Amino acid sequence: MFEYAPAPESRSIVDIASSYGLFIGGEFVDTRDGHTFKTISPASEEVLAELTEAGPADVDAAVAAARRAYDRVWSKTPGRERAKYLYRIARILAERSREFAVLETLDNGKPIRESRDVDVPLASAWFFYYAGWADKLAYAGLGSDPQPVGVAGQIIPWNFPLMMLAWKIAPALAAGNTVVLKPAETTPLTALLFASVCQQAELPPGVVNIVTGAGATGQALVAHPDVDKIAFTGSTEVGKAIARAVAGTDTKVTLELGGKAANVIFDDAPVDQAVEGIVNGIFFNQGHVCCAGSRLLVQESVYDEVLERLKRRMATLRLGDPMDKNTDVGAINSREQLTRIRELSEVGDAEGAQRWSAACELPEHGFWFPPTIFTGVTQAHRIAREEIFGPVLSILTFRTPAEAVEKANNTPYGLSAGVWTEKGSRILWMADRLRAGVVWANTFNRFDPTSPFGGYKESGHGREGGRHGLEAYLR
Amino acid sequence: MSASDRLDVRKTYKLYIGGAFPRSESGRTYEAFDAKGTFLANVARASRKDARDAVSAARKAFAGWSGATPYNRGQVLYRVAEMLEGRREQFIAEVMAGEGLRRSGAGDVVDRAIDRWVWYAGWADKIAQVHGSANAVAGPYFDFSLPEPTGIVATIAPQESSLFGLVSVLAPVIVTGNTAVVVTSYSRPLPAMTLAEVLATSDVPGGVVNVLTGDSTEVGPWLASHMDVNGIDLAGVSDADLATALEEAAADNLKRVLRPGLPAWDVADPGIHRMTPFLETKTVWHPIGV
Repeated sequence: MFEYAPAPESRSIVDIASSYGLFIGGEFVDTRDGHTFKTISPASEEVLAELTEAGPADVDAAVAAARRAYDRVWSKTPGRERAKYLYRIARILAERSREFAVLETLDNGKPIRESRDVDVPLASAWFFYYAGWADKLAYAGLGSDPQPVGVAGQIIPWNFPLMMLAWKIAPALAAGNTVVLKPAETTPLTALLFASVCQQAELPPGVVNIVTGAGATGQALVAHPDVDKIAFTGSTEVGKAIARAVAGTDTKVTLELGGKAANVIFDDAPVDQAVEGIVNGIFFNQGHVCCAGSRLLVQESVYDEVLERLKRRMATLRLGDPMDKNTDVGAINSREQLTRIRELSEVGDAEGAQRWSAACELPEHGFWFPPTIFTGVTQAHRIAREEIFGPVLSILTFRTPAEAVEKANNTPYGLSAGVWTEKGSRILWMADRLRAGVVWANTFNRFDPTSPFGGYKESGHGREGGRHGLEAYLR
Repeated sequence: MSASDRLDVRKTYKLYIGGAFPRSESGRTYEAFDAKGTFLANVARASRKDARDAVSAARKAFAGWSGATPYNRGQVLYRVAEMLEGRREQFIAEVMAGEGLRRSGAGDVVDRAIDRWVWYAGWADKIAQVHGSANAVAGPYFDFSLPEPTGIVATIAPQESSLFGLVSVLAPVIVTGNTAVVVTSYSRPLPAMTLAEVLATSDVPGGVVNVLTGDSTEVGPWLASHMDVNGIDLAGVSDADLATALEEAAADNLKRVLRPGLPAWDVADPGIHRMTPFLETKTVWHPIGV
């Protein structure tokens, strides 16, 4: 591996306040009944800021602000005007992209290369795309005069904090709803910075409200009687709890949950390209990706070659300071997540799979886990069934396309899948049979605001992105 | 002996599972009466085991039915409408008896049921164009989204409208390739069993539609908690507590749930809103290159 001199991105572009209130009704306010908590940089364990853990009264105030803004302003704002607010937000996000990228990497631990090249550009693109829908809703195929749902409660995870915010807020606002958004407790900072974007865009107060906190804050939002729609991205376990909590109510729900995606490599696949795809599929964002390609299915005839080249490629991955522009693999987002990754990996060892990690030095502070593969994995192994949500790949083999389909579909999840082959007809044959909401052929982990994304089975229901993404926010 | 004195040959009503007409494995029946309270028939009372058998039959039928060409599904379902038309008099008699309607009213109900079946049959090869999309992604990919059937859908059919209501909730589920387990109107089960006879003698493969007569408060919870059922339609559940309990149970494997009353089936134009809840959208990124 070549030696690189450190090339850290400067963090001076971001001002992080020592403490933050809640963004309710267009301004930052103090908590009514909440507590405080701290957010740290997972790469250094340095405390970045003190946050407010919103209590039920805070959530109530946020929902009331959203309702007021919906009744008095936003539901009466013509689509062409809503569009212009969203275009403004898209532009401001692009203008301040470096600021957001740096803050995201500090708070989340993901490499600056990813926050700079993926998260922030996609967040801006999401607003730009949905801006154009705001005055064209009658053409969305959902009836000639579709109406907004009202107040949307939105709960997002820590793996793509700003991007998930954009996936949630952009279609909601385009469709004429107002929102109360709760970012994840370990990654609240870019959502709070987004509040200042709303202010710069002169978005009417109360259209976007942001309450920080943990599970209890989310539960208060889900249980709030004046919330008309819940949009949740996170674990399948919490998704099921939400589905139970809203049973018997009129609340609409969309859930984007876990996955255990198969990445299927056929013997005619371009091997170097496929290896890049495997690496991108599981090590992108430290594997903290619900659609990560965490089960590799390799056709037996090319297994040795793929494995050898994969190991060679993994040996060149650079793990370390997320702020360094050369870093490929950043920090695990939290101590809790690191513990889970370690535990499941140990289960992999105990069940008889063979673990391999490229030799790499882990930094002294912060939370780290080396890119890891397991071979000799069977479908019964827990590491082949459970979502690890970390840089851990389980490798299985197959002989025939039918066997690949059988194994790929042998999971309660159904979020995504990958197919690698030079044969176009085989791509479509596989795509037809894979029970997954997104099928990537000769690529992986690719997202676009025009492209509907979401799961089959226990990976949730509803779609985000594209025309389909509007459906959740209209009736 | 005049014709009117002739003793009629009565029908034994059974369940419809996997293309066959078994009795309930529980051996239980209950009495169905007409609107005036006169005995009509002994009807099979489905049990937990019957519900599980029905789900198993629906799973077996899913690959074939969902894999059939939409053109074929449309033709098969249109054929059902032809046969419904042929049984028009029988349906009118059963709707008159069960729903207490005059002949003209019952005739109107049957007409609407057949017309609605034809309307949904025509959607088989059109829903993908209306509900799918080509997505203009910023990259060298042909990116498209297509609707696919969710899987097995359990339906608690409307309790009052025993034929039109049943058709309005069943046809949208199967036309897109799902397979169905239907719990019929409890007190007015006869039109549903006649529909089952139509299906059995049409080209609809066995197991695509499975019909259970019986008590939805007994069978519903088994279907709602069954881990191999993918969706549940609570159209015929009027008890709010039961609806809540079924929706809670459905969360165990994140079934797609249609709550009672929504979207409305008893409207002139139901739109696509009863089909889309039991459709999954699959997005495919296909590379472009030389």
